[in-house]
This record gives sequence, C-alpha cells and structure tokens, in this order.
Amino acid sequence: MQIRMHDIDKAFGPVRVLEGVEFRLGAGEIHALMGENGAGKSTLMKILCGVYQADAGGIEVDGQPVHIRNTRDAEALGIAIIHQELNLIPQLSVMENMFLGREPRRFGVIDTATMKNNCRDYLKLLGAEQIDPEIEAGMLSIGQQQMVEIAKALSLNAQVLIMDEPTAALTDREIELLFGIMSDLKNRGVGIVYVSHRMEEIFQICDKISVLRDGQFVGERNIPDTNFDEIVRMMVGREIGERFPGRTQAPGAVRFQVEQLADEGQISGISFEVRAGEVLGVAGLMGAGRSEILKTLFGINRKTNGSVSLEGIPLTISKPQQAIAAGIGFVTEDRKSQGLVLSMSVRENITLTNLHGYARAGMVNGGAESRAVGQQIERLKIRTRDAELDVKSLSGGNQQKVVFAKWLEIKPKVLLLDEPTRGVDVGGKAEIYHIINELAAQGVAIVMVSSELPEVLAMSDRILVMHQGRQAGIFDAKTATQESIMAAAAGGQS
Amino acid sequence: MSPQQKALLQKLGPFIALLIVSGGLAVMSPDFLTVGNLLNVMRQVSINALIAFGMTLVILLGGIDLSVGSILALSSVFTATLISSMGVDPVAATCIGVAAGAAMGAANGLIIAKGKVAPFIATLATMTILRGLSLQFTEGRPVTGINSDFFSMLGGGYVAGLVPVPVVGMLLMFAVFWFVLKKTVFGRHVYAVGGNEEASRLSGLSVDAVKIWVYTISGAMSAMAGVILTSRLNSAQPTAGAGYELDAIAAVVLGGTSLTGGRGWIFGTLVGALLIGVLSNGLNLLGVSSFYQLVVKGVVILLAVLVDRGGKK
Repeated sequence: MQIRMHDIDKAFGPVRVLEGVEFRLGAGEIHALMGENGAGKSTLMKILCGVYQADAGGIEVDGQPVHIRNTRDAEALGIAIIHQELNLIPQLSVMENMFLGREPRRFGVIDTATMKNNCRDYLKLLGAEQIDPEIEAGMLSIGQQQMVEIAKALSLNAQVLIMDEPTAALTDREIELLFGIMSDLKNRGVGIVYVSHRMEEIFQICDKISVLRDGQFVGERNIPDTNFDEIVRMMVGREIGERFPGRTQAPGAVRFQVEQLADEGQISGISFEVRAGEVLGVAGLMGAGRSEILKTLFGINRKTNGSVSLEGIPLTISKPQQAIAAGIGFVTEDRKSQGLVLSMSVRENITLTNLHGYARAGMVNGGAESRAVGQQIERLKIRTRDAELDVKSLSGGNQQKVVFAKWLEIKPKVLLLDEPTRGVDVGGKAEIYHIINELAAQGVAIVMVSSELPEVLAMSDRILVMHQGRQAGIFDAKTATQESIMAAAAGGQS
Repeated sequence: MSPQQKALLQKLGPFIALLIVSGGLAVMSPDFLTVGNLLNVMRQVSINALIAFGMTLVILLGGIDLSVGSILALSSVFTATLISSMGVDPVAATCIGVAAGAAMGAANGLIIAKGKVAPFIATLATMTILRGLSLQFTEGRPVTGINSDFFSMLGGGYVAGLVPVPVVGMLLMFAVFWFVLKKTVFGRHVYAVGGNEEASRLSGLSVDAVKIWVYTISGAMSAMAGVILTSRLNSAQPTAGAGYELDAIAAVVLGGTSLTGGRGWIFGTLVGALLIGVLSNGLNLLGVSSFYQLVVKGVVILLAVLVDRGGKK
C-alpha cells in the first residue's frame, strides 16, 4: 500500500502547525520522519491516522484520494499508530486489550477461548509467544507492552504502521528485538513510519528519511545517499557547529570519592573518584544499575555499604535534602515526573531548590528572585518569552535547561546527570553539552549516566562501565571505543 | 483575545458570576442591596469562609480534609466547657480551643505524611473518631452557661458599631492567607508539593513538614469557625459542623482551585464562599423553599466546574 499526503495545512487557532507538507510512504519501506520538537511530526501523523483533520490538502492511498475523518476510517484503510505513551489499559489482560471494542462473541457473550487463541497467534507472529494472553497488561515491561501494541496493529491487518519514538523506553535487547520485527514486517510489505530523535537508529534501520522544519516539508532523502550532518542541517536550518563541543581545561584536584558503594541489592562494590572539572561517564545496559548509583548517592535509595566523601570530608546522606545541603545536584532521568513542577512557572521552578536564599524570615524578596532568574535564563540561553510562563509550554530542550538552572541555584560542587539529553532534539542537545562543559570549566565534578554511547564517549573524561550491578571497569575516554565499552557492559573481559 | 486575557477572564469567572448573581438579586429583591443585609450575608459566610481558607491549602496540596466539621464540634465543646464549668478565663480558653483544633489537624497531617494514608481515608477516620469523642465528652448534650461578654463579642459584636466581628475576622484571615500563599517560602512550597510531590522532595523540600503544617492550619481554622458558631448560639453543640466539609470544598472548587492540587488561589475561595452565601440569602429573600435552595446550590457548583472545564479545552 502506498500513501501520499500532499499540500497538507493545519492550524490550531492562530498557530499554523503545518503548511503545504508532502509525505510519501511506499509499501515495505521504513521511513524516518524527523524534525525538531514542534516541527509538526506528530500532527502530520495524527492527520494520517484520523485523530486530526487537515485544513487543506489531501491523502491518497495507491493513487486514489481518500477521506480519513476519524481513527475508524484509518483503521479500515489499514493504518495503525503506536503512540509514544502506550495506550494499553493496565488492569485489563493482554488479550482484552488487543481486542478491545471488537471482542469475538458467541451467543452475545465474549468468546474467551477464541480471543485467547487469536491473541496467541498474533503474538507468535512477532516471536513474542512468551507473553501470556491472560496476564494483566500492567505487569508487562514497557518493551513487552509495545509488542502487544504491535500485535494489536497486526490483528487490525495494518498495512501502514506509525511508530512514535518507540525505542525511548526500551532496553538495548528489546530494541534489537523490535528492529528484527520491523525488518520482518517490512519484508511482508508493511510500510512503517518511524518517528525518532536517535540518529544512529535511523541510519541503522530506515530506508528513507523525510525532514520537517517549523511545519514545512524540507526534503526527502534515501538513507544511503545522505549523512548525519546533512540531516541535522535540514532539521535546524543552520549549522549547529560541532556535534560534541570539546573541553580544553584539565581536571583539577579530586573532589568526590565513592568507595564500595552498595544499595539494597541492585548495586554493590562501586568505587570511583571524580576530580573538579571532570566528567565521569557511566555506561552499561539498561538495568545494569547505572541510575541506581546516582539515586543512592543522592539519598533516594538506601545505602547499605560504602563511604562517600566530598573534598575529603565524609558525607552521611540518607535523604535528598542532605545531598543538596552538601552541594550535590541531581538532574533526573524523567524531567516531567521528577524534575519539574509542571503547574508552576519557569521562575518558580528555577528557584525551587533555593527559595530560602531569596527570603528573609520566610518572606520571599520578589525582586531578588526575579533578577536571579533573569540571569539564569540568560546564562543558559533558555528560550522563553517570559519567566512567568508555565514551564510546560517550553520545548523539551528548554525544559531541561530549566532543570539545570534549578541545580545551578545551589552552586553545586557535584552534579549527577541521568540521561541529560533524553527527549531533547539535536539543536537542544548541543546546547546542553555546552552547559555541561561550562560547568566542568567552573570546576564542578560531574557524573553522567547515558544510554547513548557516542555521547558518553565524547563528553566524558573517563567512563565507568556497569555490568549487572557491579562495575566492570573504568576506561579512559580517549582510548575507549564503542566496541570496548559494549564488550565490558555485556560482561566480556576487557 | 490573547491567551493571557482569556486566562485572566477565566480566573475572574467566579467573581463575575458573583457580580451577576448579586445584580440579579438586587433587581428582584429591594431588601438585598442594603448595607445591613450585605453585612449579614458576610457574617453568615464567615464560618464557611474560615474553614474554606484552610481547605484551600489542603486542596492545593492535592489532599482533602473531611474532618473539619468534627474538629469544629470537639474544639467548640472543649472551649465552652473550659469557660462554663472550669472557670478558665475566656480569652485563654478561646486560645486553648484553637490550639486544640490545630493539634487535631496536626494529627491528621502526621497520619497522612508519616503513615502514608490517603487523605480521604485518614480524615474520614478522624472525622468519625472526633465526632464520637465530642458526643461522649458531652454525653450528647449541648454545653451551655458560657456567660462571657468577651466570648459573645467574638460572634455577635460589631467593630465601629457597624461591621460584625466575624466579618472582620474573615477579612483579616483572608489577608493573612493571601500573603502566605503569595509571598512566603511556605506558600510556594504548598504549590510545589501539590503540583509534583516527587520533584519537590528531590529538590530538597521538606514535603512531610509542609503537609503536617497544612493540616494543622486547617484544624486551627475549623476551631476558629467553631468559636464564632458557639459564640453566636451561646452554646456548643456536639453535633455542630456536620456537613460543613462539603460547603468548604464547594467554596474552594467554585473559586477555581484544582482538586488535583498545585493550582488555585485564596481570592477564588473567598468569592466562592460569598457566592454560596449570596445565593442562599437571595433565595431566602425571594421566598424560595430551602429544599429548592439545595437544588440551586448543586446546579451552580456543577455549572462552575463545567465552565472551568470548557475553558481549559
């Protein structure tokens, strides 16, 4: 099945989101759709699957114009979408989710036996027969839930599958499995639209790429004929400079020492030191205990063994307050649930860690607070019209800068970063790297957990590799390679 | 209309509704728009408003306090007993009564923050317990014989011979709450914890302390409302305050504070309480039966929430 969307316009109120956009998808093709946050990717895909209606333009299926007025029309045409936030109902079983709203019936009663058999068949097509059709969907891992969503799309006989950032929450093994399934679907003639920010994945799995910028179609390329730099240029419309800006200063004296750190069973025997102005990367597979190191250091998880000292002074940390008092900041993995108070303004979020610093006898000095916030916004180049705007109106990259600003407020000596560029677009990533480098230049000791190996290699001075809750080694970033890191992370000898 | 103007209009929605309802009543009933009647309405509103101010903090936190009516009753019979049969100085007894209400609120806060019990359940339990205690304490009979000029003044007196003391108390507490929410670290922390408890804790806020303080304040406000009620009736009823939690919640919600926490303001609550008060006063003046008044009150709450929803889409 071939899809052609042409001259698509869409506006929400006065805001034009799409203008004259083109998009083509062939049968058996994996087609990446890229663009910075807010470029209109999601809106375009929602038009294709009937969630929104285009204001102008048309959609053709195999050369015939079609009208997609709602999701039911799209399903009838064989177009299915797998949303970034999975849409399974956690309390219902896998099979109930799969056949929700179209349960097979006998004598007006749900035919559980047929439902179970059909469910099993579709899961088997994906090589996911280990998933029990009767288990509650909420009990499955994110990766397994995604398999169920894909199986559901297959059960709808989908010829076109739209996947919105499917790998964002998957483990490396699950990603591999997903890619295998995608190639398999492709061979069966299913067209896949793949929306993602992860450039490496796109070059690995996709055949073509279309780029949107500010609601306009920039161009389409065949993957073999293009490269990383060209795509980035198309996306941001300007040179963003080096992908990973370099640091020039050498690290100073040892600032942060961790010895034999252990928590309640997820990590043990972790020892490292970080110098002032040094970035220690932490790499490893998902579930290897990378984030747990940071959580234990920050007093979220309970420390059961080991010692931590800052500038030679031993620290006792059993809750985040004590970590903050010692000068440790923590940029968490999940910005929305752990980093920001979304109902508050940019200003209120930035001063959350240090409001007492602008208060006397419990009363906030609004002038001093606003001035400090203004400086932070300028320093980190946070793009917001006004510090009083809700923080949730900002793009992902700018929200992340607000989180950094929040921690700069405590003048940190040590900064723990957990996936600092997750969900941030390419332009935003480069800016966050600049901020990390600037902090290092000022002598902050930084520990950075990241799943993106190129990022870890380029941004770190040394890299601690985790394997199954223990450290597999600490590597010098200058001599380490993706292969050597992966080998250590997978438990091989290094 | 820009989004900011729209947001402002929406925020002022309850206030506009109050003006419209008041205008309508002024036209329909000549007795409504007199200084005497308006001050009377405000005096009637003051009890609900005081409870609703405390409830606003609780709801901003994303919690709920069902025990306000029971706290009101127990602190009232306690205060009245101190004065009438134990000969405690009325000023001291009043202060002790409010402190007792605060202590009951603190117990709520401890159960919720340290015991990690859902606020609805925790305060449902204390609501029942405290009601039982006040009935047992008084053996189900009202406490009378207060006989104190100071105490009668708190509910029935006038400032400058015109403005009822409870109205002055209400406006004073409104100013205090406005200041606390707008200008203090504590107020900001209430919004933050209500908006995202996890992020607040990870930012170093003392989340438990904020919660305990908020429920303590709610308890103290209920006791203050109890003082006014007892003073006006010149007796303390162990059954007083039943159902008051619902009026307080209605005032908070009418005022635009979100039940999921993190968003809201105290001015809205004052307006919400006034709107409820003005409605029942006006309907009284128009001779509408009290049964129909309940229907009208419910419809208004529903309308307010629907309008609020409509604006958010």
